[in-house]
This record gives sequence, structure tokens and C-alpha cells, in this order.
Amino acid sequence: MSTLHKLTVHEVSDLLARGECSSEEFVHHLINMITVTDLQVQAYLDVDSARAMTDAQAADKARAAGDKRPLLGVPIAVKAVLNVAGWPCNCGSKILQGYLSPYDATAIARLRQQGAVIVGQTNMDEFAMGSSTENSAYQVTKNPWNIKCVPGGSSGGSAAAVASHEAIAALGTDTGGSIRQPASFCGCVGLKPSYGRVSRYGLVAYASSLDQIGPITKDVRDAALLLQAIAGVDPMDSSSVDKLVPDYLSALTPDLKGMKLGLPKEYFIEGLDPEIDRAVKAAVDQCRQLGAEIVEVSLPHTQYAIATYYVIATAEASANLARFDGVRYGARVEGEDPIDMYGKTRAAGFGTEVKRRIILGTYVLSSGYYDAYYLRAQKVRTLIRNDFVKAFEKVDAILTPVAPTAAYRIGEKTADPLQMYLGDIFTVTANLAGICGISVPCGFTSSKLPVGLQVLGPAFKEENILRVAHAYEQATEWHKMVPDTCCNV
Amino acid sequence: MDYKVSIGLEVHVQLRTKSKIFCGCPNDFGGEPNTHVCPVCLGYPGSLPVINEEAIRLTVMAGLMIGSRISEYSKFDRKNYFYPDMPKNYQISQYDKPLCVGGSVEIEVEGRKKTIGITRIHLEEDVGKNTHFENSSGIDFNRAGTPLMEIVSEPDMTSADEAMAFLLVLKQILLYGGISDCNLEQGNMRCDVNCSVRPETQVELGVKTEIKNMNTFKGVHKALSYEIRRQIAEVEKGGRIVQETRRWDPDAGVTLGMRSKEYAHDYRYFPEPDLMPVVPAREQVEQWRRQLPELPVHRRERLVKDYGIPDYDAGVLVADKALADFYESTAKLSGNAKAASNWVMTDMLRCLSEKGLEPAQCKVTAEALASLIKLVDGKMLNMPSAREVFATLFERGGDPAAIMKEKGLVQVSDTGALEEMADKAIADNPKSVADFKAGKAAALQFLVGQVMRLSKGKANPQMVGEMLRKKLGG
Repeated sequence: MSTLHKLTVHEVSDLLARGECSSEEFVHHLINMITVTDLQVQAYLDVDSARAMTDAQAADKARAAGDKRPLLGVPIAVKAVLNVAGWPCNCGSKILQGYLSPYDATAIARLRQQGAVIVGQTNMDEFAMGSSTENSAYQVTKNPWNIKCVPGGSSGGSAAAVASHEAIAALGTDTGGSIRQPASFCGCVGLKPSYGRVSRYGLVAYASSLDQIGPITKDVRDAALLLQAIAGVDPMDSSSVDKLVPDYLSALTPDLKGMKLGLPKEYFIEGLDPEIDRAVKAAVDQCRQLGAEIVEVSLPHTQYAIATYYVIATAEASANLARFDGVRYGARVEGEDPIDMYGKTRAAGFGTEVKRRIILGTYVLSSGYYDAYYLRAQKVRTLIRNDFVKAFEKVDAILTPVAPTAAYRIGEKTADPLQMYLGDIFTVTANLAGICGISVPCGFTSSKLPVGLQVLGPAFKEENILRVAHAYEQATEWHKMVPDTCCNV
Repeated sequence: MDYKVSIGLEVHVQLRTKSKIFCGCPNDFGGEPNTHVCPVCLGYPGSLPVINEEAIRLTVMAGLMIGSRISEYSKFDRKNYFYPDMPKNYQISQYDKPLCVGGSVEIEVEGRKKTIGITRIHLEEDVGKNTHFENSSGIDFNRAGTPLMEIVSEPDMTSADEAMAFLLVLKQILLYGGISDCNLEQGNMRCDVNCSVRPETQVELGVKTEIKNMNTFKGVHKALSYEIRRQIAEVEKGGRIVQETRRWDPDAGVTLGMRSKEYAHDYRYFPEPDLMPVVPAREQVEQWRRQLPELPVHRRERLVKDYGIPDYDAGVLVADKALADFYESTAKLSGNAKAASNWVMTDMLRCLSEKGLEPAQCKVTAEALASLIKLVDGKMLNMPSAREVFATLFERGGDPAAIMKEKGLVQVSDTGALEEMADKAIADNPKSVADFKAGKAAALQFLVGQVMRLSKGKANPQMVGEMLRKKLGG
């Protein structure tokens, strides 16, 4: 029983289906593991044991009555930016302290429809703004591979929970790399679906035109399973797209024969850590050995991606976060009049990085600056999107590093936000272009920190990147490594 | 010196949809505060708007009725500003790609016809409502998310009367199209008034002021009359008009400048990423165009032509769609268009105005009034009795024939009974008989009156007149 928590979703599903363990027993064990491990890792903001146990018992009852849904009774953790009815949804911010959500996000509702048990909420950078989870107003989550290092962000809590086996799988959100980069830092699989593939209803918006919900898992098969559960058009989200959701599991193959994969030269540049470069290049070789044809592609507008991203994301954020004013919910600091109350509430409720981005976003939308910043950024965004359209005429997927470095030390980059922003260079392009991307473990640095390989695919071709990531993963052992912080009782 | 006045209006109209613009909450006036709300119209974290297609249809219909061009590509934008009644602190509106562009409305003031240009019509969401108590304030979000259409006119109006006429015509059109209930008490129509003056010889417009949030037509008229006088007086004494937002104080009867801080906004409009652009399909727009109701101005012409009633009467009738519908039904059912118009124009409108009711609230049905007209035409009722029946009908509705019988008002047209009464009148009034024979026509009227009295008002006055004339050899 002691290693149950190290299982993947599909393994747990099989175990429960065979009746070797009940969901109640399983969830009970997992909660015990969380209690021990999270003292160190601090991945969770909130664990609702009572509700999880009740839901697990209900799943066991359903199974006894013949229910065979693949996620039935499987515990899942979710990032604290997703609304779960009756739970807090503080988004790592003090301004939402005391807010209890009245509704389930569509992704949560769909997991529940598949029988999953939602266990708890994971830590994150405040309002998903950050790349290290250090911007959480509540706690600093540690990288399970080295507790002196950051887990990445903004879905650092979800990635750390999965990596330390405090979660079987988790949902994260990705606006500029917030699923893929922490997955890479923590040695997990992280999938950002194409824009419109998964409903954003119930995801507290950071940048509405970039945000997507996706899974962080222990292997690629699990990512396919979870995507299958949450993908598809939603009448509550106009930006979700009514496109058939294919059977992702059937796309997984042991080899890559007949696949053409692109290597963009703009992603292997100065500033890329040589150890990362080496690990990714080795992974590319592995893909070639698995039967893929590797060709060079060009994404010429990559150098403008960071600037474009930070203009568009902050502009949208400045409006999205305007609703946190102390009037209807969350924290309030009283003032002389409404304007004074807004000022005091927002000054006390938001952290530095959030304030920085609201100010930046307000600035780029201001009269007189709109054309030079926001409008220009939208034009560059189109160019970046066209880069990918052109590249995908030639290849089925693109291979790149996820981040220029492995996890860095806690506190190392907090003083220099620009340095932190530049770490998003390889991930923001997928959000700007609306395409899908996955991070899969591809090695370790000399200091035993995980490295991730990013596979980018055309919009609504998640099956392509799942196939590449899966074949590569199955040919390697990286995903089987377990950090020392994982509870080994 | 003489001055030219330029007035432009921005009219906000709540659309008549079942649900709100971006969520499924009912679009109903009233209700306990904060009972018609959900995560979407409360702007809860994570909620998203989804456009109500009916709001799009109604806006396009309004545009078609005033001859707008329907945009092939339209989109929503976020208008950013902080206010407690606004759940998201941005309003979803339309900035540079409104649904409808251009168009015009015909008005008539003192017999002069004039065309007022329409700049654009766009769609947006209404906000909540603040209520201030002694030591605190409350916000009711029931209204938040009501579909709101903004009609922006060109600065083509030159007097308060024209502005009033414009609003009345617009209201007529919107009621005809079923676009809005246009109930001013419920805030269905509110407007911002832009006004400037300039010396007659000056070509370019003067500096304008904007009077915000007017919710009665009379208020608009009064505020404009004041504002025009104020601006002219200011210019006369050599002062300058400041571009500013002003507020109408109905008690003092003046407009007052508002602190510029309150309205010095940079709205930072940008495209709403949560909603897809609106691209109305040509065929769809054409289908809607075919469903357009008759415009009031066309109906007026048709009523004159089809029913032979005076243009003035037709104008009064079409001013209210329910009234015109009522008239047309009555005219058709009774087969007497003239009598129908007389009844509606006089008795019915008088009763309605006495009780302060709208035509739509009237208890008299077209069927009932038509059968009342038939009773008169069939000489079953004389006019005074018919008026009595109408009064009862107006009070409690019902069937005129039944009311007539109940009140014993059936007209006496029985020759035997009438003759008896005529003979008695002749016998009792020898002086009048002599006067009539001497050529005084008025004396006959007196005798008719005597018979009417004897019949307790039920005699058919025409028959009585003829009978007396015959008997007296006239």
C-alpha cells in the first residue's frame, strides 16, 4: 500500500477497476501523504479531506453499481484559479481572501462528470502572474527536486504536487507558459491545449485571449486522459471552439514513423543554458531514432514575442482585475468614499507583481499610447501566428526547450522582474499563436534538476504533440525518476 | 444677434428580451434587490459573457426601421471605468464597430417636416442601480446586464421642441418594432443631451455641453430650454462656453456643471476578448428586413387613404401603436371607419386621459366598440344612450348589447309608441306648434326634445323629427 501515491491516473484507474483498492482507501492514503510531504513542499493552499472522502465513497458506490468511467474515484488537484463550488478561489491573492465560489468551472464540472474526486487547491503566483510561484501571497512552494529552488510558475503548486506525488494529477493554467515551465522545472508532463480547446468558464481570467486550462501529470498517457475529459466546446464560453474532440489515447504510438518534426533555429540561441541545449538536442536525436524526420524551420518573429506578450497580457489583465474592488466580494479596506475604498483595497490586496502588470496594462491602453503599444502588439501577434502557420505547413510538430534554464534558487530572480520575464521566451509564442504545446521530461542538469522538452503542435492538433511526447517518454526513463522529498513510507 | 442652436441626442433604450444580454437571468423590471443575478451579471471571478442573439436581432431591426446600414463586421469592446454599480468595472460596449451605421428619422414641428440624421446604433450592457441611505449605500444588480441599445443622433435639432419631437417619433418607431417597451417610468429610455449655440453667421459648431442621464421627455425639453438660454446669455455677455458635463436639477429648473474630475475619463477601450465579433449573415438580415413592421409614418398615410379619415386624426391614432391597432380593428369589424374614428378620437381618448391610462390598458375591446357602433347604425341606440353604454364599457368592459338591455336603453323606434308621444307633445305645446307653423325651425327642435323627454331619452330623434314634421305639415 505504501507506494500507491506514486501511481499514475491510468494505473489508479486500473487498480480501482480491478477492485484491489477502493477509492476511499486510495484517497485516504493520498491525504496522509499530503499531510507529510506538504510540510516541506507547500504545494497545496487547501485540501478538503472531508469532501474528498465523501466523493470517494460516492465513487465506490457508483462502481459497485456498474459505473466504469475511467476517472471514477481518481483524485485530482486543481490550481487555485479555478472555481470549485463551495471552496475558496483565492488565486494566490489576499484580495480574494474570504471569497467562496458559488459555482464549478466547466473543467471542474467535466472532471466530476467523469467521476474524478477533487482533492484540493494548489498554490500559484498571484493571479497567475509569475514564473516561480514566489508571487503567491500565501506561501512559497518548493521544488521537490531541490527545496532551495523554485518549482516554476505560475502553476508551481500543481507541478510540485504531482512531482512530489502529493497529487496523482493536477490541472494548471497556462497564459505564457504557466503549465509547461513548472512541469519542466519539476520533471512532470504539462500540456497547454490550443486556445478554444478547453472552456475557460470558471478560470479567473488573467489574459483572456491567452489563458488555457490544461493537465499536469506524471506521464503523457495521463495528459491525454485528462485532456479528453475537459476538452470540447462549452456554451458558457464563446471562445471555446466547436471542433470534434478526437480520441487522444488512440493517437499514442510507440514510434514516430512518418512524422516530420521541426527545429526552429531561433529557439537555440545564446543565453540558453548549455546543459539544457545538450539535453534537448539528445531528445531530438531520440526522436529521430524513433523514426521521425527532423528538419530545420524558422520562426523569424520569435525575438518580439516577449514584448508582444507583456503588452497584450497586461492590457487584458488591467481590465480583468478591475473587478477586485472590495464592493461585492473578497477583502475590503474601508475608505472615505468609493474611490478611496478602491485605492485602499487594491493597495492592500494586490502584490507587487500584480500592481506592476496592472499599471503597465493601463499604460499601454491609454489614449495616445494605444496605437504604439497595444495595436502594434496585436499586429506582431499576427506575424508570430503566421510564422507557425507557415512552419506547420512543413512539419507535424516543433521541438524546442521549455525554458532557457532549469529551476533557479528561491529569491534569485525576484529582484529583477525583467530577467524573470525573459525566462518565458520559449513558451509565450504558443499562447500568442493559439497553438498547443507540451512539456515532457528529457533529462537532468548536473545539479540534478529536471529539464523539459517542449513539443509544439498546430492549433487543435493535440494528438500530434501527445504522440511525439508519448513515444519519446516511453523510450526513456526520465519520467520514472522520483525526488527525495516524495514521502516513501 | 441671432443664434443657431445645435442639439444631438444619445438615447439609451432597454431592449425587450426575455433574458439579459450576457446571461440567462430574466430581463424583468423590479423584483427584490439582487434576485435576478448570477455569477455572470455580478461579474464574479471566472465568469464569461455569452451574447443574447435576440438583443442582436432587436438592434438590427431598430437599425433597419430607421434606414441604417447594418455592419458586416461588428465587435464588442471593453469600456474601462470604476463605478460601484458596474460589476466588472468595465462595461461591455461597442466602440468603433457598431452594429448599425447611419439612418434618419422624420419629425414634424408646427407643421414643418424635418429629417434628423442618425449617426450609429450600438449595443451594450446596462449597469446596476445605487441607492443611498442615511449612512450607507446599497447596490441592486437586477438591472446589471439588461441589453441596452444606444442611438446616437447627428446634431441636427435646433430647438427643444425638435428634440422632444425626435424622442416621440423614436419612441413610436421602437414601440412599432417591438424593440422596447419604452416605459419611461421604468427607465426603458434615458438620454444624454448635447447642445451648443453659435452666432448665426458662424459656420462651425459652437462648444457643446452634455446634460447626462435625462429620463423624461419633458425634462429634456425643460433642460434644453434652460441650457440654450444659458449658453446664449453667456456668449452675449462675452463669456466662453466650457465643454463639460452638466446635470439637470428639476427642482431648481437649472443645469449645473459637474465636477470635471468625475467625468474626466480615458475609457481605454479595447476589443472584448471574451466575445467573438458579430458578423450578421446577409440572408439573416434580409429575412429580418422582410419581417419589419409598417412604420408609423407609412401607416398614417395608409389610414388616410384606406379609411378616409383626416390626416390629423390619422396622426393622433398612429402615435400609439396599440391605439392604431385598436382603431383599425374597430373600423374593420364595424364597417364604419368614420364612426370608429369619432369614438376613438373623442370618447375613448378623453376617458383614457381622465384616468391616466395607456390605450393598451383600455378595457373596451375593438369587438365591443364595433358592436356598439353597429347598434347605433342599426338604430337600436341613440348617441346619448350609446355614450352611456360606452362609459360602462370603459369602466368594466363587457358586451354593449347586454349593457344596453341591462340599462333599458333600447331606442324606441316603434312608430305606434312614438306617435302617441308626438301627439302628446303637440297637444301640450301649442305655442311651439304655432311658432313652427310661422316658420321658426328651432321650434321643431324644442318639440323633438319634448318627445325625447317623454321617451326618457330612448326615442330615435331622427324618426321623431320626421314624424313631427309630417304631422305639422312642414
